[in-house]
Amino acid sequence: MNRVTAFACGLVFALGLGLSGMTQPGRVIGFLDVAGNWDPTLAVVLATALALGLVATPAILRRAAPLFEERFSLPVQSAVDFPLLVGAVLFGAGWGLAGWCPGPALVSLATLSPPVLFFTGAMLLGMFAGERVRRGLVAGQDASRPGPADVDEDG
Amino acid sequence: MTLDMLVRALLGGLLVGGASVGLLLANGRIAGISGITGGLLARPDRDTPWRASFLAGLLVGGVALRWADPAAFGPSPAGSPLVVALAGLLVGFGARLGSGCTSGHGVCGISRRSARSLVATLTFMATAAATVFAMRHGWAGR
Repeated sequence: MNRVTAFACGLVFALGLGLSGMTQPGRVIGFLDVAGNWDPTLAVVLATALALGLVATPAILRRAAPLFEERFSLPVQSAVDFPLLVGAVLFGAGWGLAGWCPGPALVSLATLSPPVLFFTGAMLLGMFAGERVRRGLVAGQDASRPGPADVDEDG
Repeated sequence: MTLDMLVRALLGGLLVGGASVGLLLANGRIAGISGITGGLLARPDRDTPWRASFLAGLLVGGVALRWADPAAFGPSPAGSPLVVALAGLLVGFGARLGSGCTSGHGVCGISRRSARSLVATLTFMATAAATVFAMRHGWAGR
Protein backbone atom coordinates (compact mmCIF):
# COMPACT_ATOMS: atom_id res chain seq x y z
CA MET A 1 0.00 0.00 0.00
CA ASN A 2 2.81 2.44 0.78
CA ARG A 3 3.93 2.16 -2.85
CA VAL A 4 0.49 3.12 -4.14
CA THR A 5 0.32 6.14 -1.85
CA ALA A 6 3.89 7.16 -2.76
CA PHE A 7 3.04 6.93 -6.48
CA ALA A 8 -0.13 8.98 -5.99
CA CYS A 9 1.74 11.66 -4.03
CA GLY A 10 4.43 11.87 -6.73
CA LEU A 11 1.76 12.21 -9.40
CA VAL A 12 -0.15 14.96 -7.55
CA PHE A 13 3.13 16.75 -6.77
CA ALA A 14 4.02 16.81 -10.49
CA LEU A 15 0.57 18.08 -11.50
CA GLY A 16 0.82 20.83 -8.88
CA LEU A 17 4.22 21.97 -10.19
CA GLY A 18 2.97 21.97 -13.79
CA LEU A 19 -0.36 23.66 -13.07
CA SER A 20 1.25 26.45 -11.07
CA GLY A 21 3.89 27.36 -13.68
CA MET A 22 6.91 25.99 -11.80
CA THR A 23 7.93 23.84 -14.79
CA GLN A 24 8.62 27.09 -16.67
CA PRO A 25 12.13 28.19 -15.66
CA GLY A 26 11.37 31.69 -16.92
CA ARG A 27 8.68 32.10 -14.27
CA VAL A 28 11.03 30.85 -11.53
CA ILE A 29 13.78 33.22 -12.68
CA GLY A 30 11.12 35.94 -12.78
CA PHE A 31 10.53 35.36 -9.05
CA LEU A 32 14.27 35.37 -8.28
CA ASP A 33 14.84 38.52 -10.36
CA VAL A 34 14.00 40.99 -7.62
CA ALA A 35 15.55 43.87 -9.56
CA GLY A 36 13.61 43.16 -12.74
CA ASN A 37 9.97 42.56 -13.68
CA TRP A 38 9.15 40.57 -10.53
CA ASP A 39 6.89 37.52 -10.94
CA PRO A 40 5.26 36.55 -7.60
CA THR A 41 4.08 33.11 -8.81
CA LEU A 42 6.65 31.06 -6.87
CA ALA A 43 5.87 33.01 -3.69
CA VAL A 44 2.16 32.25 -4.10
CA VAL A 45 2.83 28.54 -4.72
CA LEU A 46 5.18 28.25 -1.75
CA ALA A 47 2.90 30.25 0.56
CA THR A 48 -0.12 28.12 -0.36
CA ALA A 49 1.78 24.85 0.11
CA LEU A 50 3.17 26.14 3.41
CA ALA A 51 -0.24 27.30 4.66
CA LEU A 52 -1.48 23.75 4.22
CA GLY A 53 1.73 22.18 5.54
CA LEU A 54 2.03 24.37 8.64
CA VAL A 55 -1.53 23.56 9.68
CA ALA A 56 -1.61 19.86 8.77
CA THR A 57 1.91 18.75 9.77
CA PRO A 58 1.60 19.21 13.57
CA ALA A 59 -1.82 17.51 13.48
CA ILE A 60 -0.41 14.54 11.55
CA LEU A 61 2.61 14.23 13.84
CA ARG A 62 0.32 13.98 16.88
CA ARG A 63 -0.76 10.58 15.55
CA ALA A 64 0.97 7.51 16.98
CA ALA A 65 1.91 6.35 13.48
CA PRO A 66 1.27 7.12 9.80
CA LEU A 67 -1.49 5.21 8.01
CA PHE A 68 0.57 2.65 6.12
CA GLU A 69 3.87 2.43 8.00
CA GLU A 70 4.73 1.47 11.56
CA ARG A 71 6.28 4.81 12.42
CA PHE A 72 7.23 8.24 11.16
CA SER A 73 10.71 8.60 9.61
CA LEU A 74 11.74 12.16 10.30
CA PRO A 75 15.00 14.10 10.04
CA VAL A 76 16.99 13.89 13.29
CA GLN A 77 19.44 16.73 12.74
CA SER A 78 18.63 20.06 14.32
CA ALA A 79 21.88 22.06 14.25
CA VAL A 80 22.63 24.48 11.43
CA ASP A 81 25.99 23.19 10.22
CA PHE A 82 28.60 23.88 7.58
CA PRO A 83 27.43 21.29 4.99
CA LEU A 84 23.88 22.66 5.20
CA LEU A 85 25.00 26.22 4.48
CA VAL A 86 27.56 25.39 1.77
CA GLY A 87 25.07 23.02 0.13
CA ALA A 88 22.34 25.67 0.14
CA VAL A 89 24.70 28.28 -1.38
CA LEU A 90 25.73 25.93 -4.23
CA PHE A 91 22.15 24.78 -4.78
CA GLY A 92 20.95 28.37 -4.99
CA ALA A 93 23.64 29.29 -7.53
CA GLY A 94 22.62 26.42 -9.82
CA TRP A 95 18.92 27.13 -9.36
CA GLY A 96 19.44 30.77 -10.29
CA LEU A 97 21.49 29.86 -13.37
CA ALA A 98 18.94 27.52 -14.96
CA GLY A 99 15.62 28.08 -13.17
CA TRP A 100 15.17 24.34 -12.54
CA CYS A 101 15.27 22.68 -9.14
CA PRO A 102 15.05 18.88 -8.83
CA GLY A 103 11.23 18.48 -8.86
CA PRO A 104 10.47 20.60 -11.93
CA ALA A 105 13.50 19.17 -13.78
CA LEU A 106 12.33 15.58 -13.26
CA VAL A 107 8.74 16.45 -14.23
CA SER A 108 10.07 18.21 -17.36
CA LEU A 109 11.90 15.05 -18.46
CA ALA A 110 8.61 14.23 -20.22
CA THR A 111 9.45 16.89 -22.84
CA LEU A 112 12.66 15.02 -23.77
CA SER A 113 14.17 18.41 -24.64
CA PRO A 114 17.99 18.33 -24.73
CA PRO A 115 18.52 21.06 -22.08
CA VAL A 116 16.32 19.20 -19.58
CA LEU A 117 18.13 15.92 -20.30
CA PHE A 118 21.47 17.69 -19.94
CA PHE A 119 20.47 19.38 -16.72
CA THR A 120 18.99 16.26 -15.14
CA GLY A 121 21.94 14.07 -16.10
CA ALA A 122 24.36 16.56 -14.53
CA MET A 123 22.06 16.89 -11.50
CA LEU A 124 22.11 13.12 -10.88
CA LEU A 125 25.92 13.12 -11.11
CA GLY A 126 26.04 16.04 -8.70
CA MET A 127 23.65 14.29 -6.31
CA PHE A 128 25.84 11.21 -6.27
CA ALA A 129 28.95 13.26 -5.54
CA GLY A 130 27.25 15.56 -3.02
CA GLU A 131 25.91 12.61 -1.05
CA ARG A 132 29.37 11.04 -0.88
CA VAL A 133 30.88 14.27 0.43
CA ARG A 134 28.09 14.74 2.97
CA ARG A 135 28.38 11.17 4.25
CA GLY A 136 32.12 11.66 4.68
CA LEU A 137 31.62 14.87 6.64
CA VAL A 138 28.85 13.46 8.84
CA ALA A 139 30.81 10.29 9.59
CA GLY A 140 33.89 12.31 10.47
CA GLN A 141 32.14 14.66 12.86
CA ASP A 142 29.73 12.34 14.67
CA ALA A 143 30.28 8.74 15.73
CA SER A 144 26.75 8.21 17.02
CA ARG A 145 24.84 7.05 13.99
CA PRO A 146 21.07 7.52 13.83
CA GLY A 147 18.82 4.52 14.39
CA PRO A 148 17.64 2.44 11.44
CA ALA A 149 14.36 4.29 10.92
CA ASP A 150 15.67 7.80 11.48
CA VAL A 151 16.67 9.96 8.57
CA ASP A 152 19.88 11.95 8.80
CA GLU A 153 18.89 14.34 6.04
CA ASP A 154 16.05 16.82 5.70
CA GLY A 155 14.51 16.08 2.36
CA MET B 1 0.44 38.20 -13.08
CA THR B 2 -3.03 37.60 -14.51
CA LEU B 3 -6.01 36.27 -12.52
CA ASP B 4 -5.68 32.95 -14.36
CA MET B 5 -2.03 32.69 -13.32
CA LEU B 6 -2.92 33.48 -9.71
CA VAL B 7 -5.66 30.83 -9.59
CA ARG B 8 -3.30 28.26 -11.13
CA ALA B 9 -0.56 29.15 -8.63
CA LEU B 10 -3.00 28.77 -5.72
CA LEU B 11 -4.34 25.43 -6.96
CA GLY B 12 -0.85 24.19 -7.80
CA GLY B 13 0.41 25.19 -4.36
CA LEU B 14 -2.46 23.26 -2.79
CA LEU B 15 -1.56 20.17 -4.84
CA VAL B 16 2.15 20.43 -3.94
CA GLY B 17 1.30 20.99 -0.27
CA GLY B 18 -1.35 18.26 -0.37
CA ALA B 19 1.08 15.74 -1.87
CA SER B 20 3.68 16.56 0.81
CA VAL B 21 1.17 16.35 3.65
CA GLY B 22 -0.28 13.19 2.09
CA LEU B 23 3.07 11.41 2.00
CA LEU B 24 3.65 12.28 5.65
CA LEU B 25 0.18 11.06 6.69
CA ALA B 26 0.21 7.89 4.59
CA ASN B 27 3.87 6.83 4.71
CA GLY B 28 5.37 8.96 7.48
CA ARG B 29 7.93 10.29 5.01
CA ILE B 30 9.26 13.69 3.94
CA ALA B 31 8.44 14.52 0.31
CA GLY B 32 11.92 15.82 -0.49
CA ILE B 33 12.59 15.33 -4.19
CA SER B 34 16.39 15.40 -3.89
CA GLY B 35 16.36 13.03 -0.90
CA ILE B 36 14.06 10.58 -2.70
CA THR B 37 16.00 10.74 -5.98
CA GLY B 38 19.42 10.74 -4.34
CA GLY B 39 18.41 7.79 -2.19
CA LEU B 40 17.75 5.80 -5.35
CA LEU B 41 21.33 6.41 -6.52
CA ALA B 42 22.66 4.50 -3.51
CA ARG B 43 22.60 0.73 -2.91
CA PRO B 44 19.00 -0.60 -2.84
CA ASP B 45 17.52 -0.87 0.64
CA ARG B 46 14.08 -1.08 2.25
CA ASP B 47 13.32 2.51 1.18
CA THR B 48 13.94 1.79 -2.50
CA PRO B 49 10.36 0.61 -3.36
CA TRP B 50 8.47 3.64 -2.04
CA ARG B 51 11.10 6.06 -3.38
CA ALA B 52 10.93 4.46 -6.83
CA SER B 53 7.12 4.60 -6.68
CA PHE B 54 7.13 8.31 -5.79
CA LEU B 55 9.61 9.07 -8.58
CA ALA B 56 7.52 7.04 -11.03
CA GLY B 57 4.47 9.11 -10.04
CA LEU B 58 6.45 12.30 -10.61
CA LEU B 59 7.58 11.17 -14.09
CA VAL B 60 4.14 9.87 -15.09
CA GLY B 61 2.71 13.19 -13.90
CA GLY B 62 5.11 14.91 -16.31
CA VAL B 63 3.91 12.76 -19.20
CA ALA B 64 0.27 13.49 -18.29
CA LEU B 65 1.03 17.22 -18.17
CA ARG B 66 2.72 17.15 -21.54
CA TRP B 67 -0.35 15.44 -22.97
CA ALA B 68 -2.91 17.72 -21.29
CA ASP B 69 -1.07 21.06 -21.40
CA PRO B 70 2.18 21.20 -23.40
CA ALA B 71 2.40 24.94 -22.64
CA ALA B 72 3.06 24.05 -18.97
CA PHE B 73 6.71 23.53 -19.91
CA GLY B 74 9.12 26.29 -20.81
CA PRO B 75 12.76 26.64 -21.84
CA SER B 76 15.57 27.57 -19.47
CA PRO B 77 17.11 31.02 -19.87
CA ALA B 78 20.52 29.37 -19.43
CA GLY B 79 21.67 29.40 -23.03
CA SER B 80 24.68 27.18 -23.59
CA PRO B 81 24.71 23.46 -22.77
CA LEU B 82 27.81 24.10 -20.67
CA VAL B 83 25.95 26.51 -18.38
CA VAL B 84 22.97 24.14 -18.19
CA ALA B 85 25.26 21.25 -17.19
CA LEU B 86 27.08 23.39 -14.62
CA ALA B 87 23.73 24.44 -13.16
CA GLY B 88 22.61 20.81 -12.94
CA LEU B 89 25.82 19.79 -11.18
CA LEU B 90 25.47 22.62 -8.66
CA VAL B 91 21.80 21.87 -8.00
CA GLY B 92 22.40 18.14 -7.49
CA PHE B 93 25.60 18.51 -5.45
CA GLY B 94 24.24 21.35 -3.32
CA ALA B 95 20.92 19.64 -2.64
CA ARG B 96 22.63 16.51 -1.32
CA LEU B 97 25.39 18.28 0.60
CA GLY B 98 22.75 20.59 2.11
CA SER B 99 20.40 17.65 2.82
CA GLY B 100 17.47 18.98 0.83
CA CYS B 101 16.05 21.25 -1.86
CA THR B 102 13.00 23.44 -2.45
CA SER B 103 10.60 20.64 -1.49
CA GLY B 104 12.40 18.97 1.44
CA HIS B 105 13.55 22.21 3.09
CA GLY B 106 11.24 24.83 1.57
CA VAL B 107 7.90 23.02 1.89
CA CYS B 108 8.27 20.04 4.25
CA GLY B 109 11.00 21.38 6.53
CA ILE B 110 9.40 24.75 7.20
CA SER B 111 6.06 22.96 7.71
CA ARG B 112 7.78 20.96 10.48
CA ARG B 113 9.05 24.28 11.88
CA SER B 114 12.66 23.14 11.38
CA ALA B 115 15.20 25.91 11.94
CA ARG B 116 17.70 24.09 9.69
CA SER B 117 15.24 24.09 6.82
CA LEU B 118 14.30 27.73 7.30
CA VAL B 119 17.98 28.74 7.24
CA ALA B 120 18.65 26.54 4.19
CA THR B 121 15.64 27.94 2.31
CA LEU B 122 16.54 31.58 3.01
CA THR B 123 20.16 30.83 2.03
CA PHE B 124 19.42 29.19 -1.32
CA MET B 125 16.81 31.80 -2.21
CA ALA B 126 19.31 34.56 -1.48
CA THR B 127 22.12 33.00 -3.53
CA ALA B 128 19.69 32.18 -6.34
CA ALA B 129 18.49 35.78 -6.42
CA ALA B 130 22.11 37.02 -6.32
CA THR B 131 22.99 34.71 -9.22
CA VAL B 132 20.06 35.98 -11.29
CA PHE B 133 21.05 39.55 -10.47
CA ALA B 134 24.63 38.93 -11.61
CA MET B 135 23.48 37.24 -14.81
CA ARG B 136 20.84 39.82 -15.73
CA HIS B 137 21.98 43.11 -14.29
CA GLY B 138 25.56 42.63 -13.14
CA TRP B 139 28.90 41.82 -14.66
CA ALA B 140 27.56 38.92 -16.69
CA GLY B 141 24.47 40.83 -17.83
CA ARG B 142 23.66 41.32 -21.46
